[in-house]
Amino acid sequence: MKELGLLLHITRTHLISRFKQSSIAALGVTFGIGTFIILVSFMTGLNGLLDGLILNRTPHVHIYNEIKPSEIQPLDQIEEWNNAINIVRSIKPKQSQLKIHNAPALIKQLKNDQRVMGICPQVGVKVFYLSSSIELNGLVNGIDPREEERLFNFEDYITEGSVDALVRNKQGILIGAGVAHKLSLVIGDRVQLSTPKGDIFPLKVVGVFQSGLAEVDNIQSYVNLSMAQQLLGEGSSYITDINLKLHDINKAPQMAGYIRDKFQLNAIDIKEANAQFETGTTIRNLITYAVSITLLIVAGFGIYNILNMLIYEKMNDIAILKATGFSGKDVQKIFIGQAMVIGIIGGLLGLVLGFFVSVLISNTPFVTEALPTISTYPVNFYPEFYIIGMSFALASTFLAGFLPSLRAKHIDPVEIIRKQ
Amino acid sequence: MKKILSAKNINKYFTQPVLFHVLKDISFEIQQGEFVSIMGKSGCGKSTLLYILSTMDTEYEGELYFNENLITGKSHEELTRLRNEDIGFVFQFHYLLPEFTVLDNVMMPALKLAKKSHIKIQEEAIHKLDMLGIADQAHKKASRISGGQKQRVAIARALINNPKIIMGDEPTGNLDSKNSDNVFRILRDLSDKEGLSLLVVTHDEDFAANTDRTIIMEDGRIIDQ
Repeated sequence: MKELGLLLHITRTHLISRFKQSSIAALGVTFGIGTFIILVSFMTGLNGLLDGLILNRTPHVHIYNEIKPSEIQPLDQIEEWNNAINIVRSIKPKQSQLKIHNAPALIKQLKNDQRVMGICPQVGVKVFYLSSSIELNGLVNGIDPREEERLFNFEDYITEGSVDALVRNKQGILIGAGVAHKLSLVIGDRVQLSTPKGDIFPLKVVGVFQSGLAEVDNIQSYVNLSMAQQLLGEGSSYITDINLKLHDINKAPQMAGYIRDKFQLNAIDIKEANAQFETGTTIRNLITYAVSITLLIVAGFGIYNILNMLIYEKMNDIAILKATGFSGKDVQKIFIGQAMVIGIIGGLLGLVLGFFVSVLISNTPFVTEALPTISTYPVNFYPEFYIIGMSFALASTFLAGFLPSLRAKHIDPVEIIRKQ
Repeated sequence: MKKILSAKNINKYFTQPVLFHVLKDISFEIQQGEFVSIMGKSGCGKSTLLYILSTMDTEYEGELYFNENLITGKSHEELTRLRNEDIGFVFQFHYLLPEFTVLDNVMMPALKLAKKSHIKIQEEAIHKLDMLGIADQAHKKASRISGGQKQRVAIARALINNPKIIMGDEPTGNLDSKNSDNVFRILRDLSDKEGLSLLVVTHDEDFAANTDRTIIMEDGRIIDQ
């Protein structure tokens, strides 16, 4: 313990007497670690935001019924013409309904499935928004607002009003920002909808939502599920779409396949719908880590360089320490100690720098149409980034100090003294 | 009389740049309390011999006894400990640690040995500096004092662990005659009053003439002792 104190005393004196060089080495670490923290916090924040844009909105599996021609035409079923070239012209779509057959039973079964986290049934209705004699094309989705909020962060896209208002008011409608603008609608106004059958429903505007996609915001509105069924004059078992959220997003393709096979329905999974999204995330993460690690390696070389020079300058001191009874190990400890002090001080300052710049960034205004509820840049303040940063600072300075210190350990005092 | 140091048939070769037989069959003894000087022309191997005797150089043939114990072949740790505790060094170029204070420089070997408390070591260091007449410089940085003062600090450092022997490699070689006389007088006093053994390599004939015994070397051999 006493000996360690002595070695620390020597370490400290060496560092203080070369304050400029030591500070520059420490600053190298500070900038390395600081930039690492800023980059990682900011990039993961942005990644989270971009992922959220897609993940929050897109169901893991989307189940619907598509109007399309039968894949096997009656002609194909005639065995003797199996090897012939069968051509049928002007094939018509198969006569069927848009609704999912026996939806309540299907929902019940999916709810009991271990893989499923939640289910959002929807009813899509084509409508016209009426304003005096003007008719605007529109699409109304009947939803379960509470479940949409729980599973798909629905509230994030509501710029005025709230999910609760829609839940409370069965006659309420959440209207797209584009529609609201065109019809000059604000909360509390009434909007008249005309259904394909010609019925007219006056609904009360309880909120405005903005998805960020103009083509959606110009036509889309949301009502309660029961209201949508009423618009169509259908019963409570009428469901056109079912959105699933799974516990594990990676099981989405498998789940979609299972539904296609078992229920003869169309099911599209998130990976199929957004293939480019995963690639983007992976590459962004890769760039973040590559840049950060490069910065830390550069900082490490800085320390290596400065310690190497220090040891050249201190040859005489090393010789004299060894001549007066310090062992090679003691000398090595002194120089590793210097590297570690530089690493600890530089690293801690780097964490502080990184934290403050992150705070600065997280308070910088960031207005985007895509995410109406976000007003500043997204930054993640995860403690693990700071732990990784500090560990890397310590590890890289230790390595940078280790090689020069090894040389100091093996310096032969006789050779140094003889050279004089 | 006890033999403090004895060398038996020491041989040493340099292999760089060509094979060279530096020390040839060196054998001699130093008694406790003796003040011995080694003289010889440059390149005769006297410094090389001193580094072997000081245990810093371990690549030699022959046997070396310190205080009647064989030390040839001992580990680096044991030799480091021996140097720290029992051997004091004074070099031609004073070799102080320039960033540390004079007091720190003197205390360092004792702090490394760690047999006494910090306060006790400090007291002794001041006492040694006082004995050598430079106690007033104790808190100056080692790089800020004169050459003669530096050499006296180096002697104080050599004495701090109360070693059994002090070795010097031309301790006065770099000093003017006044400082040189001063340093010699200090060493002579240590020998006479404290009974310390001394082994000093020198070029200075006056210096050698005033020691108890002079070993003269030529071409790697002892020709007179």
